[in-house]
Amino acid sequence: MTKRAAAAALTLPVGTRDHIQGPADAAVTLVEYGDYECPHCGRAYPIIKAIQQQMGRRLRFVYRNFPLRESHPHAQHAAEAAEAAGAQGKFWEMHDRLFERQFALDGEYLIEYAGDLGLDVARFRKELGSGVYEPRVREDFRSGVTSGVNGTPTFFINGVRHDDSWELEPLLAALEEAIPA
Amino acid sequence: MADATPLAASPLPPGTEAPDFTLHSAPDQTVSLRDYRGQPVILAFYPADWSPVCGDQMALYNEVLSEFAGYGAQLFGISVDGAWCHRAFADQRKLRFPLLADFEPKGAVARRYGAYRDGDGFSERALFVIDGEGIIRWSYVSPVDVNPGADGILRALDAVAGERTPA
Repeated sequence: MTKRAAAAALTLPVGTRDHIQGPADAAVTLVEYGDYECPHCGRAYPIIKAIQQQMGRRLRFVYRNFPLRESHPHAQHAAEAAEAAGAQGKFWEMHDRLFERQFALDGEYLIEYAGDLGLDVARFRKELGSGVYEPRVREDFRSGVTSGVNGTPTFFINGVRHDDSWELEPLLAALEEAIPA
Repeated sequence: MADATPLAASPLPPGTEAPDFTLHSAPDQTVSLRDYRGQPVILAFYPADWSPVCGDQMALYNEVLSEFAGYGAQLFGISVDGAWCHRAFADQRKLRFPLLADFEPKGAVARRYGAYRDGDGFSERALFVIDGEGIIRWSYVSPVDVNPGADGILRALDAVAGERTPA
């Protein structure tokens, strides 16, 4: 019995629906499936920032939601909050805020962050309250499951699941290696 | 403990009729496979309650239950642990699907599915998707320390559902 013969691959290609940092023609694409309440994702967050800084415009980074609702009671709502902020052009600002404030993801905090980021809070509150982005988050989640995401964080480099360590050095090395010579 | 390397089990292949069984799902309750005719069934054999990888695998399935439910599929986790152990494990992990105790005679169901590790005394991390007619449509054995995920199960359920669609 060998380990998975073929590494798991992204079933939903990166596209216009995604939240993307970095140029479309970057040499390498890193996709993260994450959960705002997951401590490991919280630890990965500064690592990704450091990698983005080091690789600059050679890297395209994509974040997709994989909230583990059974283990993390705030994860789904936090994911929807980031999407609601995204609808007002502030996805990444909210994404960063949520990872920096992982310990405070209750509903009232989410509203507070929306205010801090200068969003239309009434709209944010209404959309969050009525679950406007629930299907979108679900779609991310499902694309993760069908792509072989088994937990969080899970990374894909150029569409192929990265099964090795995501500590700074090994992840950076894997990204550099994925760049065609 | 013998140091003989356990032989890799060979799971029953697609096309085989799924062996029927009756196992405890709780100390005072049993489940029989035949009662689930007419809907897809997912059997997830795993080595043991409480070991970290299994926990992750079962936790993932807990999260994906609504996807399985979309296919009308019933999921069962199966290991050689007893019903009381399963109850404690399921309570602690808040699992919302039944765990079956392949406990007496130990591992008998796993053996019939070709998913038992003789030298180790527990089952492989083996997955089976069974269709509504009781035929195994997909089987997969993962290395014991690797979470097999849910992608293969969903693809198999897709294939089963596709055939049911009227022409």
